[in-house]
Amino acid sequence: MQRKIRILLAKPGLDGHDRGIKVIAAAFRDAGFEVIYTGLRQTAEMIVEAAIQEDVDAIGMSILSGAHMTLFPRVLELLKEKGADHILLFGGGIIPQEDMAKLEKMGVGKLFTPGATTSETIEYVKKTLGENRKEEKIL
Amino acid sequence: MPGQTKLEEIAQRQKKWEEELKQTKCPPGKKFITVSGEPIKELYTPLDTEEIDFNRDIGFPGEYPYTRGVRNNMYRGRQWTMRQFSGMGSARQTNQRYHFLLERGQTGLSVAFDLPTLMGWDSDQPRSLGEVGICGVTVDSLEDMEIIFNGISLDKISTSMTINAPASILLAMYIMVGEKQGVPSDKLTGTLQNDILKEYIAQKEWIFPPEPHMRLITDLMAFCTRHVPKWNTISVSGYHIREAGSTAIQELAFTLADGFAYVEAAIKTGQDVDDFAPRLSFFFNSHLDFFEEIAKYRAARRIWARHMRERYKAKKQESWLLRFHTQTAGCSLTAQQPENNIVRTAFEALAGVLGGTQSLHTNSMDETYALPSEKAVFIALRTQQLIANETGVANTIDPLAGSYFVEAQTNKMEREAEKYFAEIERRGGVLKCIEEGYFQREIAEAAYRYQKQIESKERIVVGVNDFVLENEKVEIPILRIDPEVEKEQVRSLRKLRERRDNDKVKRTLENLRKVAQGTDNTMPALIDCVRCYTTEGEICDVLRDVFGEYTEPPLI
Repeated sequence: MQRKIRILLAKPGLDGHDRGIKVIAAAFRDAGFEVIYTGLRQTAEMIVEAAIQEDVDAIGMSILSGAHMTLFPRVLELLKEKGADHILLFGGGIIPQEDMAKLEKMGVGKLFTPGATTSETIEYVKKTLGENRKEEKIL
Repeated sequence: MPGQTKLEEIAQRQKKWEEELKQTKCPPGKKFITVSGEPIKELYTPLDTEEIDFNRDIGFPGEYPYTRGVRNNMYRGRQWTMRQFSGMGSARQTNQRYHFLLERGQTGLSVAFDLPTLMGWDSDQPRSLGEVGICGVTVDSLEDMEIIFNGISLDKISTSMTINAPASILLAMYIMVGEKQGVPSDKLTGTLQNDILKEYIAQKEWIFPPEPHMRLITDLMAFCTRHVPKWNTISVSGYHIREAGSTAIQELAFTLADGFAYVEAAIKTGQDVDDFAPRLSFFFNSHLDFFEEIAKYRAARRIWARHMRERYKAKKQESWLLRFHTQTAGCSLTAQQPENNIVRTAFEALAGVLGGTQSLHTNSMDETYALPSEKAVFIALRTQQLIANETGVANTIDPLAGSYFVEAQTNKMEREAEKYFAEIERRGGVLKCIEEGYFQREIAEAAYRYQKQIESKERIVVGVNDFVLENEKVEIPILRIDPEVEKEQVRSLRKLRERRDNDKVKRTLENLRKVAQGTDNTMPALIDCVRCYTTEGEICDVLRDVFGEYTEPPLI
């Protein structure tokens, strides 16, 4: 049997808005994922450390403070440094579309903004991880 | 209210009407619930307001229990204050935005600070990286506050500052700006949010554990009674509780419970309730469920008045008044079809006005993307001016009073809030409930319920789960904060540290440490610190050292 998908949900930076991430956490849990929630005020280092230790398949970061252009690239960079860039990094928050495109170019996965549903988020993670897993097999 | 025989007659007719109603068709499966998930009946009649005693429960505006409003003439005497919350980037940029707003008829200022300022970190501390000036203006020292209020006389304007954990430091700076302009502290008018309890519950911007935070707050209350008597010391806030996903009833109940906790804490330090209570104010959300919101505001005034008079034995009428600011619900805005947000905001603002708010902030349509652009803010402000000048709703006071529906809802709000107060009491009070995550859990569950209703289409959100535009392209201008702001701020902070009298800074910080370790009022020591340009981060570092830091166990 395939193991459950493990996902780390994280709140980086100083932002305290945790409604979205808690809703997402509950929805992922109800959809059968193993969910680890970091709690508030995590540095990029703490998040990457936790992701590696917990051996997760994906990291979901929530940023509503506007610091996304600093924090997403930083986590991505650290994942690469630690050889853990097989972990999918996606997220959500108050993020202008332009920035989204820039971040996606850098290698960040999909970013969800207010109005996104939990089911589309879950579908996205399942699908993306499913594809990654297939690629691994071919290799 | 109608007499007994009349009520019996109404009951008979209602029964017959309901029988006939059963024969007519309603679309199957549709639920009639409020935004908070409360069921609503198809019709309200005198039977729903039977228990109401007009003189006891509704009465007259400006009279106990203030259900109809805190002033006898309400908006005929004075319009609500149009107070747009703003602040971004550097102190200089914010100063420009304030001049822009004041020139266009705004009547009060409301300062938004960036996260490092809210959390007590200087711009050059590692945790501030990428956050400086982003979601509000950045303030490191008195120098920044001097720039923010440059050309704005503090005796001509009232200023609301959305700051909580380090509220006393920012007030100290404001007092100093006044002093330098020649405005004595007893002439300053404005409001500090200074509501740490809702930070633990919802917004999560705390620094210290609850007890030392409560001490800073009661110190500030006592200080203001003597030196800044016109200042609203706490804006007890439901806004963030609601944004975090609570229902309207939870917002009402948890906010008022917080208010009672401050009253009790101040009384415990020996302050007279009538000395400080008149300067407590409130801050509520206005969500989309029009009548639910109006009932909430009316109930809030009545509950506060009753508790202040009966439970806390306040004697002054001003101590019974629940004055409040309203902001439309940020969480009701959608990223899809953002122009629709103008309409949502207008309905929400109207509910705030019909609920008797003292001041109002209307959100801008682009806030699900970034801080609002000038154009979006302009429309938001015009929305209020339209309500005030074109709709006529402010011509008469509390126009919805006497509506069977609104009165029944107002009563229900009060009843349900009382149930929550009893539950909080049973669990050992507000602080205990925070520690145990009771509020946090209640809110998270409500938020999840709400989201599930949207996903199952039990609740329709226009543009989100119905009336969707395929391949929608959003074309609204986005305000961007130049990353140079952070670099520039760090540079000028370093220059300040070289320029100022650092011996003085050291001495005032040592004194602050002693005061914090003891029991004296912390405000004078804080004023001494800011006067010689000690930074907020330096002050908070000392206090973190003495008081410790708070961390929340992650709950899902």
